[in-house]
Amino acid sequence: MTAFLRRWLDSDVGHSFKSSPTAMVAACIALVCVISALFANWVAPHNPFDLATLELSDARLPPAWIEGGSTKFLLGTDDQGRDILSALIYGSRISLVVGLASVILSVLVGVSLGLLAGFRGGWLDAFLMRLCDVMLSFPAILVALLIAGVGRALFPNAHESLAFGVLILSITLTGWVQYARTVRGSTLVERNKEYVQAARVTGVAPMRIMGRHVLPNVMGPVLVLATIQVATAIITEATLSFLGVGVPPTSPSLGTLIRVGNDYLFSGEWWITIFPGVMLVLIALSVNLLGDWLRDALNPRLR
Amino acid sequence: MKLRLLTLCAALALVAAGLQAKTFKWTSASDIPTLDIHSQNNALGNGVHASIYDALVYYNSRTFKAEPQLATAWRELSPRQMRFTLRQGVKFSDGSLLSADDVVFSITRAMARTSNYQIYTQGIDRVVKVDNSTIDILLKDPNPVLINQLTELRIMSKAWAEKNRSTEPKDIRTKDETFAHRNAMGTGPFMVKEWQPDQRMVLVRNPNYWGSIPTNVTEIVYTPVRAEATRIAALLSGEVDFVLDPSPQDLPRLRGNANLKVLDGVENRTIFLGMDQFRDELPGSNIKGKNPLKDLRVRKALYQAIDSANLNKVTMRGLSQPTGTLVAPQVAGWTEKVHQRLPFDQDAAKKLLAEAGYPNGFEVDFACPNNRYINDEEICQAITAMWARVGVRAKLRTLPLVTYFPMIQRYEASIYMLGWGVPTFDALYSLQSLTRSVGTGGDGNYNVGRYSNARMDYVVDRIKVETDLPVRNRLLTEGLQLSNETVSHIPLHNQIIPWAMKKNVDVVHRADNRLDWRLIQVN
Amino acid sequence: MLAFIVQRLLQAIVVMASVAFIAFLLFQYVGDPVVFLLGQDATPEQIKQMRADLGLDQPFFVQYVHFLLNAVQGEFGLSLRQGTKVSTLIVERFPATLELALAAALLALAIGIPMGVYAALRRGTFTSQVFMTISLLGVSLPTFLIGILLILIFAVMLGWLPSFGRGEVVKFGTWTTGLLTAKGWQHIVLPAVTLAIFQLTLIMRLVRAEMLEVLRTDYIKFARARGLSNRAIHFGHALKNTLVPVMTITGLQLGGLIAFAIITETVFQWPGMGLLFIQAVTFADIPVMAAYLCLIALIFVVINLIVDLLYFAVDPRLRVDKSQSH
Repeated sequence: MTAFLRRWLDSDVGHSFKSSPTAMVAACIALVCVISALFANWVAPHNPFDLATLELSDARLPPAWIEGGSTKFLLGTDDQGRDILSALIYGSRISLVVGLASVILSVLVGVSLGLLAGFRGGWLDAFLMRLCDVMLSFPAILVALLIAGVGRALFPNAHESLAFGVLILSITLTGWVQYARTVRGSTLVERNKEYVQAARVTGVAPMRIMGRHVLPNVMGPVLVLATIQVATAIITEATLSFLGVGVPPTSPSLGTLIRVGNDYLFSGEWWITIFPGVMLVLIALSVNLLGDWLRDALNPRLR
Repeated sequence: MKLRLLTLCAALALVAAGLQAKTFKWTSASDIPTLDIHSQNNALGNGVHASIYDALVYYNSRTFKAEPQLATAWRELSPRQMRFTLRQGVKFSDGSLLSADDVVFSITRAMARTSNYQIYTQGIDRVVKVDNSTIDILLKDPNPVLINQLTELRIMSKAWAEKNRSTEPKDIRTKDETFAHRNAMGTGPFMVKEWQPDQRMVLVRNPNYWGSIPTNVTEIVYTPVRAEATRIAALLSGEVDFVLDPSPQDLPRLRGNANLKVLDGVENRTIFLGMDQFRDELPGSNIKGKNPLKDLRVRKALYQAIDSANLNKVTMRGLSQPTGTLVAPQVAGWTEKVHQRLPFDQDAAKKLLAEAGYPNGFEVDFACPNNRYINDEEICQAITAMWARVGVRAKLRTLPLVTYFPMIQRYEASIYMLGWGVPTFDALYSLQSLTRSVGTGGDGNYNVGRYSNARMDYVVDRIKVETDLPVRNRLLTEGLQLSNETVSHIPLHNQIIPWAMKKNVDVVHRADNRLDWRLIQVN
Repeated sequence: MLAFIVQRLLQAIVVMASVAFIAFLLFQYVGDPVVFLLGQDATPEQIKQMRADLGLDQPFFVQYVHFLLNAVQGEFGLSLRQGTKVSTLIVERFPATLELALAAALLALAIGIPMGVYAALRRGTFTSQVFMTISLLGVSLPTFLIGILLILIFAVMLGWLPSFGRGEVVKFGTWTTGLLTAKGWQHIVLPAVTLAIFQLTLIMRLVRAEMLEVLRTDYIKFARARGLSNRAIHFGHALKNTLVPVMTITGLQLGGLIAFAIITETVFQWPGMGLLFIQAVTFADIPVMAAYLCLIALIFVVINLIVDLLYFAVDPRLRVDKSQSH
């Protein structure tokens, strides 16, 4: 294990990592977020999803350092008496799962289809591009409603587990399009370059060409879009939770906390809005910075 | 052109009378759907229509007793016939005189097949003109709440409707708009100057108005703003004078602001929970073979597990009146006794559950709207937590209204939240819809838990035809009492409606959450 | 070229029909407008009658065909919520959204491209790092939060700008514009900025990423060796070649702007199509939702066609591609 780490740190990528302070800071933040989300049961001081422990009289307490607050609830409590710090940790777990899963799926589907469309051309390309047009016309919101409705009809009793599936599916269905179109565009350009012609001439299988030669050259914009999409996924999930197709409000995700906090902007209880917002910014920032660094590091032409 | 001339005259007249031009700018979440008074039964729309159109009678804003408006007197000729004497010299805003024909026309129009306003003409057989200043309303059955229904039946100019081909409310099936949708002709204190739907509606004083009213407002500007935070921002920045629906979160800040004030009062709407008492097995529950909600002890346990004092103090921030019955105090049939709640007692609740055979509680589906009643979602979340403490694991889902209502009407919810307002201020309205067994003609149309009690059905059916008022009141109270004893529903509270406005604005708070345009003062 | 356009037009028809089909599928699940039309007190008989009048009790395919036949004639029926012709509503509200989208797009491009170029050229400097980090904030905050914060600062605390609405508009026939009045300009500032922030970030980061790629290529090195000025290299050569993916994304984003505008319009009560759509969803106003989706589909189809044509114009390599693609 340590040998592997040492070897990695000595490699080109590792070297680039060590010399970039922003990357290291970002990685730390991201790591902290991910670990606390994974081990929420141990890290968080309370379990905000265990409804029997909530006390309504604890509601809307300010953070511990303000008069009226208590050290039991470091960042204060929300309108149900949930500890905000714990809610943030548990909530970001849900949001990260939904966000990462939908982004990974979107990238997989979008990039493969885009490569296929750009490389093959012809009617496959036309069909896929028109499919993109159709998908683009539907805001994620409406797609989620449809899937939720169909899901309810097929599985009438599985409310909670259904919610996850609906969320990930709807964000994926509306997210893959941007990758497909971008990759297709770049593939169209790369396809006529000499190295691809050369590979074709020497008999390399098309799949191999696409995967090993064209793909690395089109990933740049994809990575940029993907890192932005993680944050967007969390925010989309907040909107969907408002429409009733999100996770149940008794186990709020980060997005739900933000949506609820939005109502408290003008009231005196700023901590209900600010802390979830800060958490979202931290996650998005670290993911994006890491993505930036990764893209620069993996790009052979930039060294 | 004519309108502009009229407005000019109105302005001049007011200036001559020494009144300054006072504009009242107000806002709430959505725009009214139409200016056609019989096209939709929308609470906000009805409130705005009351500034442009008059009815035969109207509620006094302070006492909520019906007062003469376009009718000066009425008497019962027989249990099925009511005679109304019309006010003389009333003019529409175009100067034409109000006559009995207009009244007959308007009420008949409300009964048209394409009208969505028929709830207020229930029981009316037809209206006949006796002479130019008298009309008779003929009923199918004796109807003690006829006067209350008439407060919402407004009078439109027949000649105007005929001239503009709006003699019937719009037929949904046709592709053409009707003139009455965007234009109005009434006898009310204000008239429409312009209307851009979803943006802005401007009303100005009707120069031909028959009465003299205390208000000093000469122009009303309504700008709906959908986003809650933006609405409050508009009040804080001074762009509007009045917000009809501020959210409870913002009230402390608004109350603390030196330039603003908050007025609140009890609404005639009660919020409660209903339960599926029909099915033999609940989908979404872990109990197979029987329905826990059918057991009175379980319903009582759920009721007593709810800490309504804390709900009031913390979740509603004092903006609710916890109650033990389904109607608000202003409604006929309410008594202090039915208003008493079962005490909050978690140990008693656990004991009841154990007695009923559920010592470890059970799972149950729980549905709530999230954009309909004040803090609906928060209340349901708090209740879910309270139930968790006695072992009942409610699986909460919250939905926007447009999917929630159809869903509960398909009987897909095990426990649901509902709010019921009583425009007739008479408990039959609630008892018939909520507790009577599902039948025809409005019986049990919102009894989506399908509660059924033979004695309740008997009481409700008797109330419908009882004309002896003391007997009727006794029966109303009996119905409410029976609902309490059998825990047909779990009552929560009567809503308290806050209105936020600038300090220099004076209005009278109404229990039906609408402004009385005749009484607004902008100082 | 002509064959290409004709082919695309045929495909466009297929796209529109599919959109209509999926839209109709959706509408079975969006809820019931009847509860709003009749109010809470309606009897089951009234509800049944209303549904029959609205044609909601017909089988799916009947409703779909009916809708399609009407849509082709530009006839979308009456809005259930307002009782006005849907086509009138769309025509009334379209100018507002278009103005807002264009203002935001121009803002995003005008600020995003230079920032991206700067961040690429001065890679690693403090300023460029600051740009990148600030841009991330723009992406990480939800649009509605940005909008409300702007309102809080500029309308409530400072009182400089209005918090909602479009201000005074000038009518030209069916078109209305707010850009000819001072009030109109005041009202468009905050919404345009809110809408632009996300796009700005995206454009900036894309331009930077692509520019960095291009600056490392051989022909740039040769141009430098030949002694071309920095300006000629950066803007004459590098920037032009950066444009292909940037164009794709921007083209997509222009359509996305219209979609994103939904949230911005809601926050600022901007009377455009986005707000109309949200109100239609809340009310289950199916005719409006259907018309909106068809219009959006049309816009995307047209934009994609333009973007593809632009590809050919900008990148000569792609022109060769057409003859070799079989």
